[in-house]
Amino acid sequence: MRILMFGWEFPPHITGGLGTACFGLTKGLAKNGVDVIFVVPKAYGDESEEAVRLVNASDIRFDFKDENYNEYWERIKYFEIGSNIVPYVGPEEFSRVYKKQQKTGEEITSNVFSRDYKFSGKYGANLMEEIARYALVASALSLKEDFDIIHAHDWLTYPAGVAAKESSGKPLVVHMHATEFDRTGENVNTIVYGIEKEGMEKADRVITVSNLTRRTVIEKYGIDPGKVITVHNAVDQDMFSEIAGVKKYLKEKIVTFLGRITFQKGPEYFIEAAAKILRKDPNVRFVMAGSGDMLNKMIERVAQLRIADKFHFTGFLKGEDIDRMFALSDVFVMPSVSEPFGIVPLEAMRSSVPVVISKQSGVAEILEHALKVDFWDVDAIADSIYGLCHYEALSKTFVKYGKEEVENLKWEDASKKIKNVYEPLLV
Amino acid sequence: MRSICFYFQVHQPYRLRTYRFFDIGNKHNYLDDYTNKMILKRVAEKSYLPMNQILLDLIIEHGSNFKVSFSISGIALDQFETYHPEIINSFKKLAETGNVEFLTETYAHSLASLKSKDEFTRQVQMHAEKTERLFGQKPVTFRNTELIYSDEIGSMVADMGYKLMLTEGAKHILGWRSPNYLYHSAKNPELNLLLKNFRLSDDIAFRFSEQSWKDWPLTTDKFTNWLSNIKPEEEVVNLFMDYETFGEHQWVETGIFDFMKALPGDVFSNTNFKFATPKEIGSKLKPVSALSVPTPISWADEERDLTAWLGNDMQDEAFDKLYQLEDKVKTCNDPQILNDWLYLQTSDHFYYMCTKWFSDGDVHSYFNPYGTPYDAFINYMNVLSDFIIRVENNSKTTKDDFSGLKEAVSNIAGKVENVARKTARATSQKAKSTFEKGSKIKFEDIKEMSDTMIKKLLKEIKIEELTVVLKDAEKELTDKVLPNLSKRAKKKYEDFEQELKKVNISDIKKYKKKIEDKIKNL
Repeated sequence: MRILMFGWEFPPHITGGLGTACFGLTKGLAKNGVDVIFVVPKAYGDESEEAVRLVNASDIRFDFKDENYNEYWERIKYFEIGSNIVPYVGPEEFSRVYKKQQKTGEEITSNVFSRDYKFSGKYGANLMEEIARYALVASALSLKEDFDIIHAHDWLTYPAGVAAKESSGKPLVVHMHATEFDRTGENVNTIVYGIEKEGMEKADRVITVSNLTRRTVIEKYGIDPGKVITVHNAVDQDMFSEIAGVKKYLKEKIVTFLGRITFQKGPEYFIEAAAKILRKDPNVRFVMAGSGDMLNKMIERVAQLRIADKFHFTGFLKGEDIDRMFALSDVFVMPSVSEPFGIVPLEAMRSSVPVVISKQSGVAEILEHALKVDFWDVDAIADSIYGLCHYEALSKTFVKYGKEEVENLKWEDASKKIKNVYEPLLV
Repeated sequence: MRSICFYFQVHQPYRLRTYRFFDIGNKHNYLDDYTNKMILKRVAEKSYLPMNQILLDLIIEHGSNFKVSFSISGIALDQFETYHPEIINSFKKLAETGNVEFLTETYAHSLASLKSKDEFTRQVQMHAEKTERLFGQKPVTFRNTELIYSDEIGSMVADMGYKLMLTEGAKHILGWRSPNYLYHSAKNPELNLLLKNFRLSDDIAFRFSEQSWKDWPLTTDKFTNWLSNIKPEEEVVNLFMDYETFGEHQWVETGIFDFMKALPGDVFSNTNFKFATPKEIGSKLKPVSALSVPTPISWADEERDLTAWLGNDMQDEAFDKLYQLEDKVKTCNDPQILNDWLYLQTSDHFYYMCTKWFSDGDVHSYFNPYGTPYDAFINYMNVLSDFIIRVENNSKTTKDDFSGLKEAVSNIAGKVENVARKTARATSQKAKSTFEKGSKIKFEDIKEMSDTMIKKLLKEIKIEELTVVLKDAEKELTDKVLPNLSKRAKKKYEDFEQELKKVNISDIKKYKKKIEDKIKNL
């Protein structure tokens, strides 16, 4: 069985959990005897190809004189019109540009239809243009490569997945790692929503990372429940690095929030809980590690609550600093308002840090040894933190069994379930 | 005669290094030595040294008609001494002319006047001493950080014995009145106030190179013309500004140095003004009226208030948390802590946290080493968090030392008391037993007596009687007594014992009593 898989990022060049999940998943599939051709918009050359053959979309060039080019275009145009991603280059525009090129012989550069296209592979201003170009590449690849099933990760790659399906006629699986509702609350971007919905409608199967996400997909996108299957994420055991010999210079217990400081992650509930605890117990320090559009507001709130001598901000952490942060922590808190899965608490547990997680996170569905609270219930968050800081019997139990629990969340098992999703699609 | 009073503020903060959460409790070096050194070097070369030379030349040229005044923050002086002692020498040369007055301020260029009279007074004394030591003048005029003034601050300054203080001629305080007179504090009439003429001061300090300004370019002709248009009865024009105006805020290319070189000569030829120091003006002029300033003013921004340093949540949090430490810091005996305590008080740290970027954003961002006020706050709080730990530990050890001493003292006292009590108890017991002995001595008490005493006793008693008494006495008693008999007495005793067949109880009683009496009288 061979899968043509479309992703947006791949370790080590990642900005969030998506790349990490894709990496673990492909390694798990390899162990289950599934071949994967993994396509990214921009490859840097230092990605691990132990489990996949990596295809760099930036390397795909198009020749306007090529007969096939028109064919690719024919196969993807419906999508662009339908979702309005690239309103400024509809078919008429393309036709005009194409004719001009034929007449003058001049090279067309810097748009979706140029011969060469440099993907940034980021989430920048040209994102929509990159998504469109990616679909064009997908259409071409799907005719060239030999594979059985197409698998696309998150909305950025759905146009590519659908284009590949249209070109090749092969079945499509889309994988919902997060929905637009998770990212933005109720202020959804209708274009993104549209791409997600269309991708899932055109797909033969939809994989969701939690039952929480599955419900969202069914209730808010109106997708047929019969084709939506939950496969919980797992943990790439090799990714963890517990660093030894981190010396603690602070005598207080350290309670940590680590993640993007955005609406989705509920940072304000962490701060309110911290203030409640600090009013009673000065022997605790709180750390908010990360960056995001709500950071400044959170700093102001901490100042306003007059707890800034016990509540610290580290800014964005990466690599070894994350390991250090876990090594210093006594409790980890993830008060997410909406979290399709949530891998960070698992990293914390692996580093022997007991965790408090919100019931509104997908990971809460599979974890036993974590305190689970409603994100809005600041008192409950404060209680849980206080308990883990002071009742050693509780924290010791959580540390011991939590570590075991995480070690048993293997991608090999999750990938087996994914393989089970693929199998009925093979004709 | 009318006077122009030039006052220049010289200050460079100690900028903090990037201090991360991971450093808290571990690393205690807070300063960005490299940046501080580089900036000082740049400002010295572009501003302090060339401008000092210009002023020196002007004093030599115009003699006693040209005078200026300075205050140099203690923090700036510390940095001069550390990084660039040449600057100190250059100011010393100016001091030696006698035409330059050195004012005093808070050592740390701090906002202590808003929080703690003790700390404020302490820092002013420190600064006055340092200024006197370096420049040979005991300061008599006071200027507060950023010209911050209120009635209450005036009282603290007056309590320190100063009779003259500089502040801002803020419009909302003066109303229709002119800043070009000497005023006095409403609450402390002894304290006179010199007010900055902000229009003419800022024409030089801020607008000099502003090409959109209608009076650009500013020439000495224009400036002296404005001076001569001042009403003839107005007595003094106070031109107060940052010394970095010359060469740093206004670059050499703007012509600021040429302007200053030409200004005194043109003032003398085009106006009836001369230059004077604050001290001279304070002693020459009579205050025209009282000035009441219930809420603090400063020379900053359009508002002339404190909002550049205090007022938003971050500034207030940092400021309050810092000064909550004051009492504890004062019990610390670590000189490094006391030093850091000063450096953390510098007003610039709070200025970096200012969020009102809109009207005065340019000036603020020019001086700000941080990208945003949020970065400034986080970095400062990280440093402060570490400082708090050090203060807690040090004041605890101080406390521990003290309580240890107390404990030792009470231990010793306790021991002494115990010993005394034991001795007393023993003595009284001895006395008691002696007394008891005296009252009811028994024959059997001989067992308790020393051999010496027994020997003494034996000399007093008849051997026959002893023989009778010991006839049926317990073995312990006879064993105690007999070895003490002399050879002769022992022979006698043995002879008597042979003869003695039967003893009369009444005899025993009688002789016992006799012996007991002897014991009593030993």
